Amino acid sequence: MNQYPLWRYIFIVSIILLGFVYALPNLFPQDYSIFISYQNRGGNFELLEDRINERIEETGIKPKKIEKSDAGLILRFNTQQSRSTVMQSLNSVVDSTEAILAYGLSPTSPDWLKLLGASPMFMGLDLRGGVHFLMQVDTQAVQIQKLNQTLEEIKATLREEKIRYQSAVIDRERIKINFNSTDLLNKSKAALNSRLETINILSESSKEIIISVKEDYLVESIENALQQNLTTLRNRVNEFGVSEPVIQRQGQSRVVVQLPGIEDTAQAKKIIGATASLEFRMVFMDGDVRDATSGRLPIGSQLFNQVDGSPILLEKKILLTGEYVIDASSGFDQQSGSPAVFITLDGKGSRIFSKVTRERIGRPMAVVFIEQRKGKRFEEVINIATIRDQLSKRFQITGLSNTENARTLALLLRAGSLAAPMEIIQERTVGPTLGETNIKSGYRSVIIGLICVMLFMFFYYGKFGLFANLALLVNLVLIVAVLSVLQATLTLPGIAGIVLTVGMAVDANVLIFQRIREEIANGNTPQMSIASGYKKAFSTIADANVTTLIAALVLFSFGTGPVKGFAITLSIGIVTSMFTAIVGTRAIVNFLYGKKAKLDLKI
Amino acid sequence: MSIRVEKKFDFNFLSKKNLCISISAIVVFLSIGSLAMQGLQLGTDFSGGASVNIEFPTSVEAESIREMLVGTRFESAKLQTIGIGKEVLLKVSPDFLKDSKDDIKSEIEAILKDGKVVFIDLVGPQISSELTEDGILALIYALGGILIYVMIRFTSKFAFGAVLAVMHDIIVSLGIFSLLRLEFDLTVLAAFLAVIGYSLNDTIVVFDRVRENFKTSRKEVSTEAIINLSINQTLSRTLVTSGTTLLVVLALFLLGGDMIRNFSIALGFGVIVGTYSSIYVAGSTLMFLNLSRDDFLSEEQNSEDI
Repeated sequence: MNQYPLWRYIFIVSIILLGFVYALPNLFPQDYSIFISYQNRGGNFELLEDRINERIEETGIKPKKIEKSDAGLILRFNTQQSRSTVMQSLNSVVDSTEAILAYGLSPTSPDWLKLLGASPMFMGLDLRGGVHFLMQVDTQAVQIQKLNQTLEEIKATLREEKIRYQSAVIDRERIKINFNSTDLLNKSKAALNSRLETINILSESSKEIIISVKEDYLVESIENALQQNLTTLRNRVNEFGVSEPVIQRQGQSRVVVQLPGIEDTAQAKKIIGATASLEFRMVFMDGDVRDATSGRLPIGSQLFNQVDGSPILLEKKILLTGEYVIDASSGFDQQSGSPAVFITLDGKGSRIFSKVTRERIGRPMAVVFIEQRKGKRFEEVINIATIRDQLSKRFQITGLSNTENARTLALLLRAGSLAAPMEIIQERTVGPTLGETNIKSGYRSVIIGLICVMLFMFFYYGKFGLFANLALLVNLVLIVAVLSVLQATLTLPGIAGIVLTVGMAVDANVLIFQRIREEIANGNTPQMSIASGYKKAFSTIADANVTTLIAALVLFSFGTGPVKGFAITLSIGIVTSMFTAIVGTRAIVNFLYGKKAKLDLKI
Repeated sequence: MSIRVEKKFDFNFLSKKNLCISISAIVVFLSIGSLAMQGLQLGTDFSGGASVNIEFPTSVEAESIREMLVGTRFESAKLQTIGIGKEVLLKVSPDFLKDSKDDIKSEIEAILKDGKVVFIDLVGPQISSELTEDGILALIYALGGILIYVMIRFTSKFAFGAVLAVMHDIIVSLGIFSLLRLEFDLTVLAAFLAVIGYSLNDTIVVFDRVRENFKTSRKEVSTEAIINLSINQTLSRTLVTSGTTLLVVLALFLLGGDMIRNFSIALGFGVIVGTYSSIYVAGSTLMFLNLSRDDFLSEEQNSEDI
């Protein structure tokens, strides 16, 4: 009656063993580390490295290990204290233009575990410290951009079809085109309908048509903008060199960015939210700036401001934009010593650039720096230089006001520009010390809570209480293993979820043991009581756990951040506790008592 | 054979059902009243704005900090000292975040010389209103999902009884938070949703017994007697599980740190109220819903082998 076939024992034991293996990496302490990522690509780091090493020696602290990484250096320390001492000391000599310093934890688990794909749990920001941003894509800006683009397309189409129009303007979210006659209007309608797929003709009077951009085309544009922004953000965040950043899409127009270990929020914000790009244009030679500033803009020209605020006329035609840049680094101009950005173009870009510069040797060319702030476009001519030679794949631009600007521009050119401006709508900063405190207090509350429950179970149910305790411990191991395998984010509320599961996981055993006691009290034999106790308690346990699971799953799908963390551990805990509390304890009971004909049962 | 026989409880819980229902009704009304009159102390998650946690090397007076803030744009911010006075929580209203994207951290650290910003929570207005909406929706969906599950597994009367008991627990727990002016943030919301699960868990265990006893008892036994018997039979389990859960909640409260203090308070009250309701309220609601033997006629014996 109370016997499991051999395969069941093997199955249970192997699940538990698997759990132990995958939970194991969490037992290896993580080293308190400082991640140093160098900012100037292709530069010479030996001097910087020497400076860092010198500074570390001055503090009198010997790091456990100094490793080279792809981005720079990883310094491992034995204690949190020595890490923060070194960090403070380094912060005063290492400029953020040279390298970015971030706190972090480096795993110390052995290679064979890494080979099995076992890695420690992924800690949330509240446990490791860092910054969290929630960014919203400015969908209105995308819409305006698309309207402008559509207007240009409409004008071009009408020009090509040689249809004269009186005016074509954007009025709120519509495009209005006026004609001199109904005849022209009808012709243009036919032309636009057949050639432009992205527009809807909403209404028309005898001389005016009103056009909107198709909804699904707009949605698609916003989607594309978001996708490009995600890619760009990923590239930019990679420049930070922090370990395990999170860049995730949330909903239709939002992106979550998490940078563990970063303390300098100002710098992070600047780089993540920046929308700078470059344009190369020729200086407009056949016109007077004074004419332009008084309102008579010569055809084919556009008015810009220089760094010092003085106006300048440039050609309307853009020779090249920043999108062809494949690499950019900042440094200093060898002749003048002023900050410079060294640019490398891709194949297409260098073909275009060599052609246009060859045709224009001897004429002045301007570099326009463009930035989007609050949905507005700021443009500034940062440099004007005469083209002396045909330029192609590699060249440098100067005229940047300081090294910081040069570095930021280089970074942004490398990482690509944002397709649509983004706004930070939520920000959460957790200091690294608070993170450590949270981990410690979280673990301590789990352990103390666990001990209390286990003591209680032992005193109340005796030997059966021990079985339940064993199940409880295995349950904890399994939760940790599942969290590690899924690489789900463990947050402080997540730890609270585990603690809660500890309290509730014994419930299944309490239900079973109470039933067994009842059955015995009703005069059944011990073996019968065990069997029917487990059997009768099962549907109760299942019902009770499924309802909790429903609540947890709803939490998971609606929640963000902390709520999600809690829901994940709670859900995992419910499932694993069903396994350990029912199947696990039954296996022990069957193994110990199953074959005994005469059983003296104490419960 | 030395078998420790379970002491059988024999309380007549339902004899006081009118009293219990009256007490619960009064408490629910008081809670709703408090929620309506003084509402909840919403955390930054729901109210929007920024809360900045600042740590000082020595303990500080709230007054001296306020003096330092005079003349800056943080003058109107709410100030609150935490723990032994080395930590201060600064709450900045959402209004001025709209036109300012500057770095609050460095600005505050510049104003409060020795103060070091430990964490910042900055929530834009669109997020906070969405979270409130999502929170309410989550509550409704969780209740709906559970209602449907219990309806399938039991009968509709049980489902309504369970949901009534859960709503009772949530309203009373919310009322306690409102009365004690405890801060209601996202983690507290998570705790309340966990309370739904927990309280249901408790109620379902009692209902499960009621269902079983209806099937096994003789026809003459009254509904009231069956429900009463079921509550008594599950009483020790109810108390043991609530006890162990409260033990860990207590550990969380004492050792879990500031960030989950309110979370553990919410859970603690939730478990206590949930235990009360599964003993006194859930059974009584079944009586008021006129549960009878007829409700089980169509159902089949349901048992699984494990």
